[in-house]
Amino acid sequence: MSNEIAILGAGMHPWGKWGHNFVQYGVAAAREALADAGVPWQDVRFVSGGATVRCGYPGYVAGATFAQALGWQGAEVNTSYAACASGSQALAAARNKILAGECEVALVIGADTTPKGFLAPAGGYRPEDPDWVRFYLGITNPTYFALYARRRMDVYGDTLEDFAAVKVKNSRHGSKNPRARYRKCFTAEDVAASALVADPLRLMDICATSDGGAALIVSSLDYAKKIGKGNAPRVAAISTVTPTFASGVVEMPDIATDSAAAAGIEAHSFRSMLPLKAYEEAGIGPEDVSLAEVYDLSTALELDWIEDLQLAPRGGAAQLLRSGDTAIGGRIPVNASGGLACFGEAVPAQALAQVCELTWQLRGEAGDRQVEGATVGITANQGLFGHGSSVIVRK
Amino acid sequence: MSEKPLVPAIEGWYTMAAKPHLIGTRCEACGTYFFPKQHQYCRNPGCDSTDFREVELSRTGHVWSYTNACYQPPEPFVAPDPFEPFAIAAVQLEEEQMVVLGQVVAGIDVADLKVGMPVELVLEPLHETDEAIKVTWKWRPVDLEK
Repeated sequence: MSNEIAILGAGMHPWGKWGHNFVQYGVAAAREALADAGVPWQDVRFVSGGATVRCGYPGYVAGATFAQALGWQGAEVNTSYAACASGSQALAAARNKILAGECEVALVIGADTTPKGFLAPAGGYRPEDPDWVRFYLGITNPTYFALYARRRMDVYGDTLEDFAAVKVKNSRHGSKNPRARYRKCFTAEDVAASALVADPLRLMDICATSDGGAALIVSSLDYAKKIGKGNAPRVAAISTVTPTFASGVVEMPDIATDSAAAAGIEAHSFRSMLPLKAYEEAGIGPEDVSLAEVYDLSTALELDWIEDLQLAPRGGAAQLLRSGDTAIGGRIPVNASGGLACFGEAVPAQALAQVCELTWQLRGEAGDRQVEGATVGITANQGLFGHGSSVIVRK
Repeated sequence: MSEKPLVPAIEGWYTMAAKPHLIGTRCEACGTYFFPKQHQYCRNPGCDSTDFREVELSRTGHVWSYTNACYQPPEPFVAPDPFEPFAIAAVQLEEEQMVVLGQVVAGIDVADLKVGMPVELVLEPLHETDEAIKVTWKWRPVDLEK
């Protein structure tokens, strides 16, 4: 396919709550990716960074910040901000540059240092800011995850045991991932004993925020062949579509959905629209997928994603989970990395971390968590309202 | 009972009547509803109208989903001391074809709620200041007393 690029190298700084400057995580990830690719830093002609909004001005110009930290060498830079999809948009920018013939090799990079506790909005009386409104009314991030989870229970018959089983599965996967923050194998009893945060979700159903950094070295297929890496995994599709009006699922930080009252307008689910473009662009379907890395901000949300990716019919994800099909060794392993359950979220790095995992899996280098015979992987990710992504990587 | 006046926590977002309504807008060209109010541009991609009318939204709907807040939310939420958990519902309005979030009235927890349950809009205190009781919209099951 003419719109593919090669993934020559992947690197990650381990996730945790280290409290260091985010730049150092990014540099560590970049150096690992460069070494993995066998590409000298001076050959990288484009540095595409995912922005962090939590780390001051250097985070707003992340592309330049990392280029400077690695040593200015005259490459062009870019910084993308798209909330949780920032890494995917940075990857898309690098792909465009490569496919336009403007550069052969690019570094895509994201890193974050997260503060402790809730992220509260600015004070005062600011009803024009939806984030202010929802916090004023007592609606936090877990509220939204819990609304989706409860709807699954009442509409599809999912149970608390199903949600706990997602955590148990992902913790088993993550226990085999040296880059994961949480590596303990939790049990269903551990989940049930954790504090209720937003019914039906408990503390262990909800992902934490973490520090971390991830990087990819990507290139044209010609360049990959030239350096003897013609068999490197390829980015076959990147979808960063916006929702289609009317967006019918209430999304953070909004207090209401779009109205679908106008003639010719239907309510759509944004999450389910995201992979459509990815499948179309890659020219494949869900039946071709070997494994998926999805954004499990909550345990229940992993089940929504499985259906959004069409890996199970609507309402059928829990059955897939119960039969063991989403575990490593099953038919379609989901979150073989351990997912956000074991990493916590480092926003600008997370979508890239998903692609790093697929890269290692498709190369057969995932060690104890290897998905045997993996040839095609897909990611899914979504953050604040209109931001999300789905990336397909294949051999 | 406090003798402080009842005032809206968010000015102009709902009527203060005994049977209150949320106040939204409706696009005069395509009929799309907006809550919160939108006066400048229509977000329907097939409509470029700038003509909007304020409307009272349906004060009844059906529960799309529900949860609760077991932990005290951060500011600007003003928490009672001690903090009391409260339920939250996302409610589908048929006429407007939209879902609106809100707290559920005091005394109702998730065990009392179900997807599809009919609810109505009422006003209840959100918090008190030195001068007034700030009220907000909340959802209340219609079949509460029977």
